[in-house]
Amino acid sequence: MTDLIERHDIESSDDHGDHGVSHHDHHGPSGLLKWLTSTDHKVIGINYTVTSVLMLILGGALAEIIRAQLVSPTSTLVSFAQYNQLFTMHGSIMIYLFAGPFAFAGLANYMVPLQIGAPDMAFPRLNALSYWLYLGGTISMVLGFFATGGPAAFGWVGYAPLTSAVNAPGVGPDLWIGALMLTGFSAIFSGVNLVATIFYLRAPGMTLFRMPIFTWNMLVTGLLILLAFPVLTAALVMLYCDRHFGTHIFEVQGGGVPILWQHMFWFWGHPEVYILALPFFGMVSEVIPVFSKKPMFGYKGMVFATMTIAALSLGVWAHHMFTTGAVLLPFFSIMSLLIAVPTGIKIFNWIGTMWKGQVEYTSSMLFAIGFVITFLIGGITGIYLASPPLDFFTHDTYFVVAHFHSVVMALVIGAMAGIYFWGPKITGYKLHEGWGKAQFWFLFIGTQVFTFPGYWLGLKGMARRMAVYPNNPSWQTLNDWSTIGAIMIGISTLFFIINLLVSWRKPIPAGDNPWDANALEWFTTSPPPHHNFLSLPPVRSERPTWDYYHPEHPALGHGDHVSGHAEQKVSN
Amino acid sequence: MLKQESYILIAFGIFAGIIGAVYWFWGHEDSGGVMLVGAILLGLMPGLYYYYWYRRSGGQRPEDRPDATVADGAGTVDAFPSTSIWPFVLGSGCFFFVLALVFGIWLLVPGLSLVLAAFIGATAESRRGGSV
Repeated sequence: MTDLIERHDIESSDDHGDHGVSHHDHHGPSGLLKWLTSTDHKVIGINYTVTSVLMLILGGALAEIIRAQLVSPTSTLVSFAQYNQLFTMHGSIMIYLFAGPFAFAGLANYMVPLQIGAPDMAFPRLNALSYWLYLGGTISMVLGFFATGGPAAFGWVGYAPLTSAVNAPGVGPDLWIGALMLTGFSAIFSGVNLVATIFYLRAPGMTLFRMPIFTWNMLVTGLLILLAFPVLTAALVMLYCDRHFGTHIFEVQGGGVPILWQHMFWFWGHPEVYILALPFFGMVSEVIPVFSKKPMFGYKGMVFATMTIAALSLGVWAHHMFTTGAVLLPFFSIMSLLIAVPTGIKIFNWIGTMWKGQVEYTSSMLFAIGFVITFLIGGITGIYLASPPLDFFTHDTYFVVAHFHSVVMALVIGAMAGIYFWGPKITGYKLHEGWGKAQFWFLFIGTQVFTFPGYWLGLKGMARRMAVYPNNPSWQTLNDWSTIGAIMIGISTLFFIINLLVSWRKPIPAGDNPWDANALEWFTTSPPPHHNFLSLPPVRSERPTWDYYHPEHPALGHGDHVSGHAEQKVSN
Repeated sequence: MLKQESYILIAFGIFAGIIGAVYWFWGHEDSGGVMLVGAILLGLMPGLYYYYWYRRSGGQRPEDRPDATVADGAGTVDAFPSTSIWPFVLGSGCFFFVLALVFGIWLLVPGLSLVLAAFIGATAESRRGGSV
């Protein structure tokens, strides 16, 4: 079935008197078949979001077991082999199945077409295929738990030669490889879709430099996906050939080069860090101006910073490999340190947006601020690690673990900002603010309590990926604090689930534009109709919806606003 | 059309070229050099393609003009599929394909059957439904 989509503006639709119904009434299959056959980006976006949040909860449960094991130096809660499987599956589920898909295929899938006034993604059937590949990958990864010999146990980075057929026999590692192949292709298709949608389906007047920052970040993320994921998928094919077809690409015997895996993995892996981070940068860039009642401070600077981060991420992969002694230290150190500049621009612009704004501390805004703080901590400790002398000292210690957990927990906090912000658009109902704030404080404080002892432990020399550690009272105290933080994060997840249930039982209707927000997605109904827009407003700045509802502050032709910030107060 | 879009991609390719040149002449390391050549091509190939279309068509689309009204973009946007079972069938086929890599070659039978069915089904659907 095919729908021809036509566009109407507000004026012409008023002439019709039927508010410009721009598409045929949607008669499709219902029930399970509707779910299986839908090519609607909104249904696919929700599928992605729900599946990836379930994976977040599964990965989080594994993390709690890891922390329970580390409560005492010689705990025997799990065996050494089980511990290896636990941290491998925790990392793999969180990175491959939660963070990435949630970031570039969950809320992005839902919001990018809405933000640019498009009826759907450019390739709806490819979009549906992306989700089914991702779901297949998820099932493959989880099947590993039921495999003889257990799931993969070589760490989420799968370094050669730990992954060879001799060192990691059985079907568990093969399922891991297969899962990553499926999710890899799924990501590539999502990237194609994002770039094509943003290049070809924008509303009239929506020039590139009037796109919301979130859409900009998704465009750059899409390009990075196209750059990075094929390398990972190729490396996985090579690894599979090594394991089953007798090649020796990553094995020394036969002339292979184990370090080639690290090069290929991190050539994907470091852009992947920005593939994960940029969508959340975009989410908080949507949230902060709305709840500060101001336009984005330094819009073009934000866009420039996004593109610079993406471009520089091409040349930083081997800063994960400093201690191999086989990489060009000064090159990768300089490139990694340079990334601090555009990231700093972003942090300054977020603060500049809040500066002298009328900040309204909704749950979503609290999560956004929590994201900025936590990401700043993770980012600054990353600058330490970009310096080879410091990296030699802290490599593979808990300092590194705490560094990237600060970063990824910032992403989880940013994800919550996005969910609380866009939830009303997706469901038509707000989430409960009280439970949201309780969730925020437990998640935010829990994250810091969880990561700070890690930095300290790392400097004391505690190695990562160890099920037991020397019986040293100070180490145990720090580990216990870390575990308390992890428990707080677990409680915050419980609050989130309670909030979903409470908001479901006692719905708070949100209306089409509950936050008096900026971008086009708030112009349509909540939830949007099939193919999204009954009518479109004229796009004259980067916040067309705000312009439409505030005609007293007309936008100038080039997208700037007439009045100063102080006059743009909301009067409702 | 697509002027700024092509510039972004070309700039990306040129930047990858600069990084690649520095890396190659400083480090003489093969794998990174090869992957950076891939990055250069990723920027330049689509970028130059878009630039070619920009030069050839010259005109601006409504979404490229800051003063475009919604009426300028009126008309048919495109034809979009509203529902299709074939992505699910193709996805299931790929899933069985991966299971075949893990558990045994016999799983290729359902895998390839589903993939073939999806190829035929999606093609037939496109013909029936017009330009999907």
